[in-house]
Formats: sequence, structure tokens, C-alpha cells
Amino acid sequence: MAGAGGGGCPAGGNDFQWCFSQVKGAIDEDVAEADIISTVEFNYSGDLLATGDKGGRVVIFQREQENKGRTHSRGEYNVYSTFQSHEPEFDYLKSLEIEEKINKIRWLPQQNAAHFLLSTNDKTIKLWKISERDKRAEGYNLKDEDGRLRDPFRITALRVPILKPMDLMVEASPRRIFANAHTYHINSISVNSDHETYLSADDLRINLWHLEITDRSFNIVDIKPANMEELTEVITAAEFHPHQCNVLVYSSSKGTIRLCDMRSSALCDRHAKFFEEPEDPSSRSFFSEIISSISDVKFSHSGRYMMTRDYLSVKVWDLNMEGRPVETHQVHEYLRSKLCSLYENDCIFDKFECCWNGSDSAIMTGSYNNFFRMFDRNTRRDVTLEASRENSKPRACLKPRKVCTGGKRKKDEISVDSLDFNKKILHTAWHPMESIIAVAATNNLYIFQDKIN
Amino acid sequence: MFARGLKRKYGDQEEGVEGFGTVPSYSLQRQSLLDMSLVKLQLCHMLVEPNLCRSVLIANTVRQIQEEMSRDGVWHGMAPQNVERAPIDRLVSTEILCRTARAADEEHPTPELEDGPLQSSASELPIVSPAQGQRSPPSSLWELDNPQENRGSFQKSLDQIFETLENKSPSSVEELFSDVDSSYYDLDTVLTGMMGGTKPSLCSGLESFAAAAPPPSSTCKSDLAELDHVVEILVET
Repeated sequence: MAGAGGGGCPAGGNDFQWCFSQVKGAIDEDVAEADIISTVEFNYSGDLLATGDKGGRVVIFQREQENKGRTHSRGEYNVYSTFQSHEPEFDYLKSLEIEEKINKIRWLPQQNAAHFLLSTNDKTIKLWKISERDKRAEGYNLKDEDGRLRDPFRITALRVPILKPMDLMVEASPRRIFANAHTYHINSISVNSDHETYLSADDLRINLWHLEITDRSFNIVDIKPANMEELTEVITAAEFHPHQCNVLVYSSSKGTIRLCDMRSSALCDRHAKFFEEPEDPSSRSFFSEIISSISDVKFSHSGRYMMTRDYLSVKVWDLNMEGRPVETHQVHEYLRSKLCSLYENDCIFDKFECCWNGSDSAIMTGSYNNFFRMFDRNTRRDVTLEASRENSKPRACLKPRKVCTGGKRKKDEISVDSLDFNKKILHTAWHPMESIIAVAATNNLYIFQDKIN
Repeated sequence: MFARGLKRKYGDQEEGVEGFGTVPSYSLQRQSLLDMSLVKLQLCHMLVEPNLCRSVLIANTVRQIQEEMSRDGVWHGMAPQNVERAPIDRLVSTEILCRTARAADEEHPTPELEDGPLQSSASELPIVSPAQGQRSPPSSLWELDNPQENRGSFQKSLDQIFETLENKSPSSVEELFSDVDSSYYDLDTVLTGMMGGTKPSLCSGLESFAAAAPPPSSTCKSDLAELDHVVEILVET
């Protein structure tokens, strides 16, 4: 298994020792629906961490410059900017509400002093510019300090305005609004490696946009059947290849992944590669299809592998091998015997995301009871950790958790029936270069750091 | 652990061949799963905008169950002459699952179960013909409790569910909403009436779905008994 090495991460084989760093969000037991975090994303440098919530807000945290005096602690993340990205809308044609929930945030690579990100709800994608202002001009000729226009007849002399320092102000402004291109709910956006285009995917279609052009998008994948009654499969996630700007993948509700090459035709309905693992006939049940539905797909940083998340497992695929994944990691196999209950309470439809670390040597995904799982691909070791307020002392090390499946429950283990299925960790993010992770637990954002560094 | 208010009653009906009152029979479990899925499809239609992925997955589950039930020969069908016109892929048409109020009015109003098939012997159980707007067994049983419900008031066609995501005029969306009445909230009393055992919940029995392969031979026997039971009730009404 070749994981690209380097990049400041500890070499594979060292045990990570994850410690609590920070938690953001209200402590209240009563969670306001609007505060539930719906997406988490580091930017390319890892200095900025963005979250989106169900209320349509985006909160960006910035990492403090490291204090040279305290070498053992790393920079903390503090609020940098907060803005309302999307508002609730009403579709009058269909008499249906359009939720303002932020489904995804994707950062653009930084090209100047300002930062740009794309945020999307079910229907509309917006490009936001986040810029700093720490100077103010004073001494205008045509207006006075209050901003009121001066009477032109009273201006007797000209002066050059001077720039004076002011308190840092971070402004977020919407630069582009990409609307009216999706009939169905947008589940993914992905910035292309050319840094000029991006894709947006809904349940049945994938559109290609140019970042500068808002009134036009190109449809590159369309799986809508002529007769909607024949619909049996939807698109669940899509992503551009990190290096090859003509390659994208999309996953489906039937557990398949299609890799498309945009050079082959304008409409990528025919895939270049088709990834599907043959079903194990001995474990077939009425729930087999539902649990095979892929909730997230992510390319590795190297671009050689991709990872998919279905309900019970995470799979790593080699792009050169379509027949089966090269790795399968069980996230919470103990839930397999509870599928009917999970179907009844709808938990079986929860969409968990997954992420790679910077060197592609480890992967992480969430589970229930505020547990999240990490798999080290080199050592083949995995660990279950918990994001909870109880383990929130500064730099406190997280203790591995274990779920007991039957029989005697050991001390410190938790039985499957005691798991809290309302506490689900759907969104996690890994710093692109360092051993810092962000874990969204309902309305709280936990930041953990590895102790070694 | 996942109690959703499903009341459990002591089952006086047939138990599974596997045991006495401990686990509901496979066909009962499968039936209950079908009922649950149909309810889910209805409920999701009432939301702000239905989650298409979820609807598709539930609909596929319903199709799978129906396919298996028809393979087992327990799918109550129409008169035998319709068999030829009903190839297997029509079975999975969503027409079967749900009917709009409009469609129900156009079609023959009396319960189809009164027609031929129930009088025919078990070996001649025909495949369902969707052209006649066939009912799924659960809805036929619901008819026994609430004859007024056979207008399909709580069952909407899946294509309507999908099409609300397309350009649908407000009036028809409202019409869909207005057809939903609260009587289907009594569903759980109907569902519990079908439950066999008391101690194990619906789902603990159904958990065995994940592992065990169904025993085809044993289901037919218990389903025939169920069939007789249904015939008795209908004949009395």
C-alpha cells in the first residue's frame, strides 16, 4: 500500500495520541435546529476552517499564529468571520420550501490576499470573498468623516486622503451566485484542479460551471430516466480528480462509482470506469441495497486512490482496479443486526462523510454516540474515539472507546443498545498537512490535535 | 431501543413455523416490513420536499419485497386471464404500490379480493395485474378495518412523489396534501394486529432478515392459512 509520505505528518507506525484542543458551540442540552453543523472544511493551507449550519450560516475559524514561547501547544482556532450565506426560500411554482441548510463548503486555492469559498444549499451555489480590511482612508474631499456629502461650493482646497490603521475587519461578500441550474437537491460541489471550473451534483444531474460565469452551466451527467417511474438509482456524491482536470467520479445509491473523462464526450453518460464490488450472497437482505448506498466519495491527495463510505464501512479503491476495493474498513459492523430498527427510525439513511489525512496514510469517518473512527492504512490499526464535553479538558488525551456487541460488557465498554443514535458524527475534516482534526457533533465543533508534535 | 410507539398485542394468529410465539413468521415479518415501507413513502411525501434518495431506496425495498412475495405465490392476484398480460417487470411498476384518489374513482370500486382468485385453489394464485390497479395485501387488510380507505387516500403514486420535485402546479400539490387524512395514523394498530409474538419487538424479529435466508416452503403454508382467514372475513361482510 503506497501512501505518499512526508508533509509533516508523523511517519506511519507511530501511534497517534489524539488530545482535546478546543470545542466551539453552545453547551445547552437544547440544541437549536439552526445551529446543527452540516459541513466542515479546512482550506488548502489549513489555516482556515469553515463550518456551515442548518440555519444557512457560515462560520470561519482562523488559526492563531503560533506562540513561540509555548512550543508544546499549537495555534488555536478562533472565529475569523461569520456570515449568513443562504436564506430560506420559497419555490412558488412547487409550493415547497427551499432549505437554507449549507450542504457543502469548498475552498478555492488562494490566489491573492482574499479568500474565496463556494457554499451551497439544495439549489443555489454562492461564491464568497472573504477579505480583510485593516486600514481606512481619511480626508476625503467630497465627503466628510461621517460620510455625508460635502457641499461642493464649500470645498476650497484639495487634499490627498491618507490611510490610517483601524481594527481588523473581516468582510464576506457574495461575488457570484449560481442559481437555477438544479431541479433536484445539490449534494456535492467540487472545485477542479484547473481552478477555473467546478462541478455541482444533484440527485440526477451533474453540472459544470465556470467560476466567472453565473448564467450558464453545462450538464455533463444526466441519469434521469424518461419515465420517472423507472427511477431506481440516484447520484449521491461527486468529485473532481485532484490533478487531472478532465476526470471526475460520482457515486450512486446502488453502491457503484463511475469515473468519467470529460474529454471523451460532452455528456459523460457513459463512464470510463465502473467500480462495483460484487455482493456477498450470504449476507443479502432486504436492506442490502440501502446499506450499500454510498454517502461520500473522496479522492486521496495523491490521486491514485479514492475512498467511499457506505452505511457500515469505508472502502478504499485503487483507480486502476474496478472489480473490488483494495481495502475495506468496518465502521460499526455491530449495527448489522439492528438494520431493521435503524430502518424504522430512519437512521439507516444517515449520510456519513469520510476524509483522508494529508499523507493519505490514515482515514477518518464518523459514527453514532458521538463516536468517530480512524483507520491507519499502514499499521492496519483502527481506533474509536468520542467527541464529548466530558473529555474536554485542555490537552486531555482521548481514550479509545469500545462497543460491546454481546455477552459480558467489560468495564468502559458500551453496549450497542445504549448507543445514542441522535448523537451522530456525519462531518469530519482533517488538516491538509498537520495532525489536527475537526469533528462536528450536532451543534458543537471539536478540534483535536495529535500530542506527538 | 427504537420504540416508536408501536403497540404490541398478544397475537392469536399463526406463529412462525420456527417457534411458538417467540418470533413472528418470516412472511409476517416481511409483510410488516412492506407496511412500514409504504408508510414511510407516504410520510416522506408530506415533508418540505421529499428526499429523493431516501424515496428511491424505500421504493426499491418495496419492489424487492413484492418480487419475493410474488415468487412465493402469496401476491393476491386478479382473475387468471390477466396473467399473460402481466410480465414480471410490470410487477415492479409503482402503480401497484400507490393509487391516487382519482385513479381509485375511475376503477372498479369494490375490493378486488372478492373476485375470482380467492375462490381458486392455492396452486392457481395468479400474478398480479397492475392494469387492474391491484392492491397490496396490507391495503386489503386495511380495507377490512376501514372500508372508506379503499379510495387510496393515504397511498399516492410514487411518480407523484418524484414529480413534486419537477414543475408541479401548486394546486395539484395541495390536492395531494389534502388527500392525506389522519386515519392512516391508526396504521400502527393495524400493523400490531398482524404481529405474532409479544416479547420480541417487530424489529428484533426482523433483525433475522439480515442473516437468515427465507424458508420458501414454510411460508406458503402459513400464507394459505392467512388467505383462508381473509376469505372468511370477506365472505361474512
